[in-house]
Amino acid sequence: MTGVRRRLDAALPLLAIWVPVLISIVYVVGFTLYTVWISFTPSTLLPDYGWVGLRNYSAILATRNWQIAANNMAIYGFCFLLLTTALGLSLAVLIDQKLRGENVFRTIFLYPLAVSFVVTGVVWGWLLNPGIGIQKLVVGLGWTDFRFDWLVDRDRALYCIVLAGAWQASGFAMALFLAGLRSVDADLMKAAQIDGAGPLRTYRRVILPSIWPIFIAVFVILLQFAIKTFDLAMALTGGGPGIATVLPSIVVYDFMFQRGLLGRGSAAAVLLLLMLLAVLLPYAVFRRWQHVRNARNA
Amino acid sequence: MAALSIRNVYKRFGLVEVLKGIDLEIDSGDFTVLVGPSGCGKSTLLNIIAGLEKASAGDIEIGETLVNDIPPKDRDIAMVFQSYALYPTMTVRQNITFGMECRRVPKARQDEAVERVAKLLQIEPLLGRKPGQLSGGQRQRVAMGRALVRDPRLFLFDEPLSNLDAKLRVEMRMEIKQLHARIGSTIVYVTHDQIEAMTMATRIAVMHQGAVQQFADPDTVYHRPANLFVARFMGAPPMNTLPARLEGGDAGPVAVIGQGEDAIRLPAPPAVGREWLGKPVVLGIRPECIAEPARIFGDDPAARLVVSAPVEMTEPTGAETIVVLRIGGEKALARVAPDIRLPIGAAAPFAVDTRRICLFDPETERLIA
Amino acid sequence: MRSTRIAVYLLVTVLTAIYLLPLLVVALNSLRTTQEIFANGMIGLPRALSFGNFADAWSGLCIAEHCTGIRSYMLNSFLMTLPATILSTFFGALLGYAISLWRFRGDLWVFGLITLGVFLPEQMKLVPWVLVLRDLGLYNSVGGLILIHVVQGISFTTLFCRNYYIGIPPELVKAARIDGAGFFRIFWRIVLPLSPPILIVTIIWQFTGIWNEYLYGVTFASGEHQPVTAALIALAVTVSEAPQYGVQSAAVLIAAAPTLFVYLLGGKYFMRGLTAGAVK
Repeated sequence: MTGVRRRLDAALPLLAIWVPVLISIVYVVGFTLYTVWISFTPSTLLPDYGWVGLRNYSAILATRNWQIAANNMAIYGFCFLLLTTALGLSLAVLIDQKLRGENVFRTIFLYPLAVSFVVTGVVWGWLLNPGIGIQKLVVGLGWTDFRFDWLVDRDRALYCIVLAGAWQASGFAMALFLAGLRSVDADLMKAAQIDGAGPLRTYRRVILPSIWPIFIAVFVILLQFAIKTFDLAMALTGGGPGIATVLPSIVVYDFMFQRGLLGRGSAAAVLLLLMLLAVLLPYAVFRRWQHVRNARNA
Repeated sequence: MAALSIRNVYKRFGLVEVLKGIDLEIDSGDFTVLVGPSGCGKSTLLNIIAGLEKASAGDIEIGETLVNDIPPKDRDIAMVFQSYALYPTMTVRQNITFGMECRRVPKARQDEAVERVAKLLQIEPLLGRKPGQLSGGQRQRVAMGRALVRDPRLFLFDEPLSNLDAKLRVEMRMEIKQLHARIGSTIVYVTHDQIEAMTMATRIAVMHQGAVQQFADPDTVYHRPANLFVARFMGAPPMNTLPARLEGGDAGPVAVIGQGEDAIRLPAPPAVGREWLGKPVVLGIRPECIAEPARIFGDDPAARLVVSAPVEMTEPTGAETIVVLRIGGEKALARVAPDIRLPIGAAAPFAVDTRRICLFDPETERLIA
Repeated sequence: MRSTRIAVYLLVTVLTAIYLLPLLVVALNSLRTTQEIFANGMIGLPRALSFGNFADAWSGLCIAEHCTGIRSYMLNSFLMTLPATILSTFFGALLGYAISLWRFRGDLWVFGLITLGVFLPEQMKLVPWVLVLRDLGLYNSVGGLILIHVVQGISFTTLFCRNYYIGIPPELVKAARIDGAGFFRIFWRIVLPLSPPILIVTIIWQFTGIWNEYLYGVTFASGEHQPVTAALIALAVTVSEAPQYGVQSAAVLIAAAPTLFVYLLGGKYFMRGLTAGAVK
């Protein structure tokens, strides 16, 4: 009896740990490998376990959808990164000025993050709609020639996604930058003050250079956001006008569920994963290097 | 009867060998202190005794029962941690009774045990409080209470006083010693503080680099250190260790420190083997064995020798004065009475306690006599 | 010096207005009639308050041929989000504790693998989920979405909880083990009572993330089983012929309200989770 009890006592924790762990590992590793495998098969509506080598990849890479999506990704990623970092840094520096009501401002700049991309997309879709949004407001105020119709312009609709994305994510960048600014040694600022540096010079030469790892972290997180962007584009432009604003994530969805080509869609998903890895792997190496260096210095 | 036997215990973390064959026999009722610098493996050894870590090889017996594969809760031990490890969300009373709760001890007996321990440690007024509301010393007492209430076969203390301020540490040191005298339990106590080891222990195990350097009573460890490491680790300031040469003399062997004019000749312990004559040795002498010339050491007035040595610096501590001097050109420390005034830079006479001289092999660093 | 101060406040106020604009526009439009919005544009003050939009959005609006308003979709979202949040937080706490305090062979590998899940794009898991949900008979059901979000959430919650528990002194667990407590007793009596700060952070983040999720919602549920995010997009498509901006604004506001409410309630914890999850 006590033997059974003791064995049960030993087995239950193992069960409690390993059941969720195994599910999680199957999910992370198994699902990923499965999708990679499917990308090498001729699967259409249902998985089909033949082997077509890289044919899905060459087919995907040859489609106009993917080419536009990849091009869009580059432009969108770059602009989103630039605008969001600039906004986030400006907000952080402004809030760092020991403002009265700092908490209120911080809450306001960060709230978009609590709202779903779908809501953001729908609302910005209205604001950027030339018939009812900002253009209409300005025209109504008397500037009758004012045009702000990017959302329906093939060449500019992508920048609308940048705008909405930056609105949503800049609070996030602000929070990270602010945490970095607050972690800077106060003595450093006193030293700069005694050296006669004004506030701008202090930021530019002393404070910002000392939080450069935060910049890298912000870049990586934002790029990751950008690559995964799906909901926002679906809600704001739906990929349009036409297919002017498709992104890789939309291409994946399109091939998998609108066209019912699981093999092609999986290949696109793997390409999406490779883009992510191109950002995350160097970052992992960088973190490792940082860790080793800190360990050596300590 | 051996309350605890540690046999040939090894511990490896990857390639690093933290314990290299530890053998200790601890008798029932002993207060054993494991002392050594940080990283010497003493805490790892304590964790292995407790069953919190597994030895890579070797056996642990508690009360003549092999406990290698017995979980900590079934080893009948209690442990006091350096950080106290009081459960922050429980009251003092719950902290003390948690172990009994886990063992399903009836409520009435739990209450009885808490009252007994709280009275013993004078923490009755604290029973309803949370650890966060206690001072360092009070937390220390509660941590002890949690151990005492169990009435185990073996108490394990892991640097329990190192988070206290100096004054409280001295008080608690005495209190733990008195407690041990009163309840006569078997204690294994880990510390890096050699004063704690000297004041509290009935037996001291000095550890260094994963091995026991010496396992003996405090007096032996202090006066007859087994090797140079123990000599330099125990005592503050530590034992002077001076390079010397052993020569034969009319009244037995003599250790010569320094060359030519400045050379100082001190009588070596007569027990030293003849094979050391003419060879280099390391002479060890405690600072308190070098004092002002009027000092008489012990009850044997013959066991002293007055030498002349240049004074480099004095460091008055109030109770005594530490003197930095040169013996045969080698730097050494002496402890003289506080009212002695010594001229810096000039030679002064000092009395040396010749009974307390140790000799070490400079190669193996072991005590030879 | 004084003038720069004023400039700073001016700048912050302008930025505040820009950040608040979309929310303000939706809130005001939810009180305006569609005709008025057509006449004067999206950005403007209501001439007369019309609260009817909310009633319409709640129970009258047509979404993809179902004219039942967003009520049932809101219910779906709650039925999906609440259990998924609680379960994923519970498992995250359990695994975080096992990895950081209890320790077991290979725990760091397990941790590394599980947290990889935080970075993987959802698109990589769509096809396997289709098969798993089909085999379990959970396709097109709230139960399936709960399963997805629990499994997906474990990666996040384990990361959060482990990073918090790593700060709990391991001596507490050692002391408890010597006291005779086992895995579960230590979890319930020692670790969980210390956890409210991280549990609040985790719950807020899981709630917000799951509520706002769209891709899984639209892929694995259709029609009346969809969560409200998917329904909002379907609504935008449905009404694109004859827009009802007033009612739609009310629907958007209702759909965004739960997460905004949670955000306002636990803003401090929201911020803490953000920096904890990102910087570590």
